[in-house]
This record gives sequence, structure tokens and C-alpha cells, in this order.
Amino acid sequence: MSTTTPPVDSMTVAGASTVGKGSDRPPGRSDLSMALVFIAPALFGFLVFYLYPTIRGIYFSLTRYNILGRPHFIGLGNYTKLFGDALFWNSMKVTLEYVALNILFQTVLAVGIGVLMQRLTKNTAVRAVILLPFLISNVIAALVWFLMLDFQVGIVNEILADIGLDRITFFGGDATAIPTIAAVNVWRHMGYTALLIFAGLQTIPDYVYEAASVDGSTEWRSFWRITLPLLRPILALVLVITVTGSFQIFDTVNVTTRGGPGNASRVIQYYIVQKGFTEGQFGYASAISFVLFVILAIVALVQLRLLNAGESDLA
Amino acid sequence: MVTTIAPTSTSRKQTATGTRGRKPVNPGRVAAWAAMIIIILITLFPFYWMLRTSFSTSKALFLEPGRLGPVDFTLGAYKRVLGLASTTEAQAEGGSGASVDFFLYLRNSTIFAVVATAGQVFFSALAAYAFARLKWPGRDVVFFAFLTALMVPPIFTALPNFILIKNLGLLGTFPGLIAPYFFMTPFAIFFLRQFFLGINREVEEAARLDGAGHWMVFFRIVLPMSWAPITTLSILTLINMWNEYLWPLLVGTNESTRVLNVALGVFRSQTPQTGPDWAGLMAAVLIAALPLLIVFMFFAKRIVNSIGFSGSK
Repeated sequence: MSTTTPPVDSMTVAGASTVGKGSDRPPGRSDLSMALVFIAPALFGFLVFYLYPTIRGIYFSLTRYNILGRPHFIGLGNYTKLFGDALFWNSMKVTLEYVALNILFQTVLAVGIGVLMQRLTKNTAVRAVILLPFLISNVIAALVWFLMLDFQVGIVNEILADIGLDRITFFGGDATAIPTIAAVNVWRHMGYTALLIFAGLQTIPDYVYEAASVDGSTEWRSFWRITLPLLRPILALVLVITVTGSFQIFDTVNVTTRGGPGNASRVIQYYIVQKGFTEGQFGYASAISFVLFVILAIVALVQLRLLNAGESDLA
Repeated sequence: MVTTIAPTSTSRKQTATGTRGRKPVNPGRVAAWAAMIIIILITLFPFYWMLRTSFSTSKALFLEPGRLGPVDFTLGAYKRVLGLASTTEAQAEGGSGASVDFFLYLRNSTIFAVVATAGQVFFSALAAYAFARLKWPGRDVVFFAFLTALMVPPIFTALPNFILIKNLGLLGTFPGLIAPYFFMTPFAIFFLRQFFLGINREVEEAARLDGAGHWMVFFRIVLPMSWAPITTLSILTLINMWNEYLWPLLVGTNESTRVLNVALGVFRSQTPQTGPDWAGLMAAVLIAALPLLIVFMFFAKRIVNSIGFSGSK
């Protein structure tokens, strides 16, 4: 036993047992008072800005709460109201449509870019360039594309017109608003996601590919037979991060379409902010955001289940 | 075909000297590079377009929207966005003439992002040390409770937090803006704890034997030894804070606390009658993006290499 343990551990154990009072006090005493000092600020932040608002948010969701008055307990009233609220269901539909488009294209592109980088170049400069859109805010990304996709002066519509196609009302069309917003956010996040995937690809050992190539496997087959299956756990982890983020789309909508045209892009978080801060219905807004909370928790749990299921692939 | 599968650059170099090496044209590889170049172009083009439009005259843009270079080159957009142009000058070039001062918003964004990052990283480091190195009852329970906070979507806590800040009379103040980010985030604590766990205990133990307290060990040994991950975390946090939008939109409601992101939204909605002031908007956008791009230039390698799963093992 003692010969196989790493030197660090044996040192610590030896030090503790021989010195006794110096570094490690007798096992009964803990560092509690010291620990309290160290975690005091973080604990304060956690209690005041995470735990307390979480409990308070659930309470608000059970009240009628005009922002100027006091919360008035109404039980599950907000939730029953929610069931009959066509705008709420619309916002769910629109959000799901956004998440589906956003995640589908983002993941496919990110896996593609990640594999390309792994195969072609490990150059840091290339990875830095790929990451650039992630550095600018959602607001900035939205505004630049708002210009580039403008009906009259947008370069994309200029190009469409030049090659003889019809101009498209990207942000202004019922059918195009959500796909456009999804595309803008794919542009902003695909590089970051690709780097996550790229990092995952580094964990696949070279010999697996070498063995495959000796057996005459082509790049294409290796990708489907080796890369994707071995990437599954990492892909699941990436999806937990990107899907939960995607559900909370707000910034892009708020600076471009503002929920329109009509309700075509009134996503759930936009609807929450509108109910809470524009219309002052704080209780109702809290109820909707609690529903979002529950959805996200379920999504994350389901995905983590899938993650665990795939963990043994490269054992 | 087979040689392209060799996964590392070193092994490729070795085969290059051999008989199979250095195949001049490989269609698959050419196609792959072409795809990569297209992706890089799509990534970079919007940045070029910001630059090109910001140096144009807004009114002229409508005449030549497809021109690849600046249309009717001018620095006017920057002047009016920074509040250096008179109202008539601004309107003549297609601005709204409303007074905007992106110097002020730049200052506000800097205060918000820097103070929030400094507090968050420092206090999270303290807590991470307590979770990684100190022995106390309930440690793992508290740590787990902190982690569950990761599950709560920001919008859910934003509503009650807004009420709290409002009742404290802190709406439109920097303390109100910064407070929720100042003390911790679950991610920062998790990230640093993970790193502290990996630090060799020997040096710490030696210092403790010499009579150094935990306080001394933390400041003299652990912090200096972890400057690399702390820098990485600080930059990532700074990026997140700089790009934060919803909370500053709700709380930073007056001019003196309005951050760049929020100001951009306001600027975009002040459309002059002649049509949007695209040049001004793009100049403003570049001013908002530039500080982070500069930070990134210095730390690109570190940031790029930090993205991955090493933190979570």
C-alpha cells in the first residue's frame, strides 16, 4: 500500500501523524471558525441573491402582485390563468421553435468546425478567430446583423437582389423572424461551441484513428464510427449548456424585433419581462418564470441521464 | 487518403520524409480547407462590416448600400456618438441629433464589469479555499447547495432581486447594479475549488509547520500559485459582465449608470426621420466591442486554451 500511494498523500499523512499539533489538529477539531471567515462573503451573496430570491420568487408566483402595491396571496391562481393564456402558449411554441433551430444548426456546425480544426490545424490563431463573435455581446451581434439583413440597405439583401432573387424581410417577416434570430445566435455561439467540441476531441486517443486507418477506414467512416460515438458524453454536456442557454433567449429579441411582427418572436423570457416590468404583473411574471425554471431543470436532468448512459464508451 | 488520418502534426512530419509523404493535392483536404476558410470569412465579415459602415455617412449609405468600402468616408459617426459633434452637424450626416455620450457609457460599463469581476473572483477564491482545504462540518452540503444555484435561471431570481434592490433604494446606482454579481457565482467557486484541490499540499503543509495561519497560506502561497487560473477566470468573468444585458437594463436606468449594451438599444430606437443612423450605430457598436477585443488580443492564447472540460475533470 505505502509503496503505491503517490508521494503527496504519504507526505501529508506522515506530517500529520508525527507532528500532531502543528498543521493538522486532532481529528475532533475542525477549521469551522476559520472556514466561516473564508466563506462569509460568498455565503452572504448566496443567501441574499440566490436562495432568498428563489424562495421569494416561488412565493410571488402564488400572489397577485402589482409592482406598486403589496403581494396578495391567491394560491395557484396565476398557474390556472396561465393555462388559458394564449400568449403564454404562443411564447412556449415560439421559444421551442427557436431552441430547435438554434441548437440543431449550432451543434451541427460546431461539430463540423471542431472536427475540421482537429484534422487541419491546431493553430491557436485559427481558434482565436473562431472565438471572436463570442466576445461581443448578444446586443452587438444582433445590431450588426440587423444592419446586414436590413430590407433596403442590408448587404445580404443586396447580394440576393444582385443574383436576381427576391429581397427577404428577415427580422420583419412572420415566418422568418425566429429563424433569423436563431441564425444570428448560431453565428455568435458556434465558435465557442466548436472549441468545447474541439477540447472533447482531444480526449480521443490518436491510436484509435491510427488503428482504423490501418484497417482501411476512410475519414468519413472514421467520423461516423469513431468520432461521433466517442464524442457522445461530451456532446451531451455541451448540449446541457447550450440548450439551457438557448431557452433564455432575450437580448437579441429585445433590440431587434421586440417580440414582433405580431407575436411571431415573443419568446418566453421576453414575455416574462413584458408582464413583469412593462405591465407590472409581478406575480404572474414570477409564475411564468417558475415554469421556465422547471422546464430547464427537467431538460438538464434528462440530458445528464443521457450523458451518464454514454460514459462507458471509452473505458 | 490514409496519411491525412495521422492525427498529430509531429507524426505527419515523420511520414512526410517517408515514401508516402507530402501528397501535393488531396481533394478531401482541399475541400476541408475551403470549408474552413468559408467559416472564417463568415465569422469575420460582420466585424469588417461594422468598421466599413462606421466610417460611412449614414445618408449616403442608402444610395450605395452594396459598396464594399466606406460610402462617403467620414469620422462624423464617431464624433456624434462620442458627443463631440453639434446637433446640426449630427443631423446633417443622418444622426438623430439627440445627445449621446458613449464616453459616459464606456465609463459605466468599465466600472460595472471591473468592480463586479474583482469582487466575484476574490470572494469566490476565498470560499473555494474553504471548500478545498479546510475541514468543517457541513462543508459538502454547503458546496452542493451552492452548485444547485447553477440550475436557477437568472430571470427567475432577477424579478425578486429587482424588488429587493428597489426597496433598498438602489435602483439606478452602481451598488444596486453590481451587488448580485459581487459576492460569488457558483461557477467561479466551482472552477477555483477544482483548481485548489489539484495544488500540491506539500508547500502549504511546510508553511503551516512554520506557524503560518490559513490566512497567510492563502495570500502568500495559494493565490500566487494559482495566478494562471485566476487570470483566466477573471477574463472570462469580465467578458460575461461586459456583455450582461438584462440586469443592467432593469437596474441601470438613468444616464449615470447606463452601460454600453443598454445604451446601444436606446440609441437604436432613436431613429431619425430620415431613416436609421446606421453609421452612428456601428460606430457605437465598435466602441462597445473594442475594449474586450483589446483584452482578448493580449490573452487570446490563454482564453482559447482554457475552453474545455479540464475544470470539471
